[in-house]
Amino acid sequence: MIAVEGLVKDFGRTRAVAGVSFHVAAGEIMGLLGPNGSGKTTIMRILTGFFPPTAGNVAIDGLDVERHPLAVRERIGYLPENVVLYPDLTVVRFLRFCAEVKGVPASARRARLDEVIAACGLTEVAGKLIGKLSKGYRQRVGIAQAIVHRPRVLILDEPTVGLDPRQIIEIRTLITSLAGSTTVLLSTHILPEVSMTCGRVIIIDYGRIIAEDTALGLTQRVRGSDETRVRVVGPRPEVLAALATVTGVDELREEAATDGAVTVVARSTRGDDVRRDIAALVVGRGWGLVEMRPLAMSLEDLFVRLVRDDRDAAA
Amino acid sequence: MRTLALVRKELASYFAGPLVYVVIGAFLCATGLQFYTTLNSYVTIGFGLNILDHFWEEFFVNYIAFYLLIVVPLFTMRLIAEERRLGTIELLYTYPLRDREIMVAKFAACLVVFLLFVAGTLLYPAIVYAIQPFDPRPFLARYLGTVLFLASCIACGLFISSLTESQVIASSCTFVALLLFWILTWNEAAVSTSLVTVLSQVSTFDHFHAFATGVIDAKDCLYFVFFIGLFLFLTLRSMESRQWRGRR
Repeated sequence: MIAVEGLVKDFGRTRAVAGVSFHVAAGEIMGLLGPNGSGKTTIMRILTGFFPPTAGNVAIDGLDVERHPLAVRERIGYLPENVVLYPDLTVVRFLRFCAEVKGVPASARRARLDEVIAACGLTEVAGKLIGKLSKGYRQRVGIAQAIVHRPRVLILDEPTVGLDPRQIIEIRTLITSLAGSTTVLLSTHILPEVSMTCGRVIIIDYGRIIAEDTALGLTQRVRGSDETRVRVVGPRPEVLAALATVTGVDELREEAATDGAVTVVARSTRGDDVRRDIAALVVGRGWGLVEMRPLAMSLEDLFVRLVRDDRDAAA
Repeated sequence: MRTLALVRKELASYFAGPLVYVVIGAFLCATGLQFYTTLNSYVTIGFGLNILDHFWEEFFVNYIAFYLLIVVPLFTMRLIAEERRLGTIELLYTYPLRDREIMVAKFAACLVVFLLFVAGTLLYPAIVYAIQPFDPRPFLARYLGTVLFLASCIACGLFISSLTESQVIASSCTFVALLLFWILTWNEAAVSTSLVTVLSQVSTFDHFHAFATGVIDAKDCLYFVFFIGLFLFLTLRSMESRQWRGRR
């Protein structure tokens, strides 16, 4: 449904996208993961026909974006980053405009608007000015305008940024409910987000794809190096010595002590087994186990690793 | 159809805020005051024959057209600059709309708003007609000229609005540009006669003046049509520049 081949985009002397190729099958949810400034938004803007690529081919539903811009845009729903909408229009008025422009037939328009407003949880604020809405509601209006014409392809640029946890869950549910009927490409720099919503993930950095994987594969990569933070109340040298003896602890890193407890981060590949052993050890010696928490691998860590792997492979 | 949807959206935006009402009110107060005082002075002092024709000529040139020239930048400044600053232009550019449809819709919606201004001024000839009926045909020329002049100002303002994200820059530059086109030939003594002949071909004032006297001349109509066409063409090029500049 989305086919990108050898995509390059230059802004003056800066190369924002340097030869990106990927395919997204119909009905698939694909995540585009990368730090800020990695080229996610540029790729999405090219897909939507906002500006043309410097080189390479982009096709949506078999149609070349440059040669059939209008036909492509009719098939796309796009939520730009930091969604900004017309503050002086009401929600209904704005969505009606979107439906008109995007070719929702007049006879079906009212029903479709009601449907979208309900699906995005906008019923209570439908008559309010967009400028008076909270960030969460505005984001939902942004999604509503993207899906109002039942697009075959949905392109969402950081759909959950700036929302509170409850709203994030709602938006995720909405996106996953579209899977199957709609092809979704969404960008994010939040790692758990992709594993929760996306089937496949592309990781980009400096305008290049540095990894392409399933969400499961990515999660396993992250699991691959598990870190556990342990806070123990006990004599510091003995605690450190004892923890180092636990089988499976590859590396032990002490953090600055607060309120008298020894705080250590243990790196291991054994996951929960290590935590069980550590707990048994600490309790067995009669020390106080104040905190034990698996540290999720942050996106930064993953990037550092992926970039390192990438360079190793190149060398 | 899509263009029409955009025109309706634009109009909804205009009338959502108080700006249109306030400015129409101010415009009609100002022109109304000038109508009363100028007519009074013409009638009491009297400048030779055709007092009323001379009055209408001065009233349209010095007041209606000039006040419109002052007000137009207040509305055109937001046309594209505001959408670029807010980022909403990204929506329009990724909706199934051609650039020229966006441009035409913005131009048309702004013109519709200003036709309300012009419609308000119909009151003045109506008042005079009620007191003393006259031949209304010269007013066809005067109002045609006003609408053409207005559309020219809007086209120029639309172009300048497409160049910047700042509404302050857009409105001040538009005002200066419109004023320059208006006063180009005012100081005839400062330049040679041959230069004045050239300048008077370019000046909006001179071409509008012909309409204000009640004459429709194809040359003046063509001038304004060309003026509008030129600035709409430039606006389109400016909108397309995002394709090679990579910015909205």
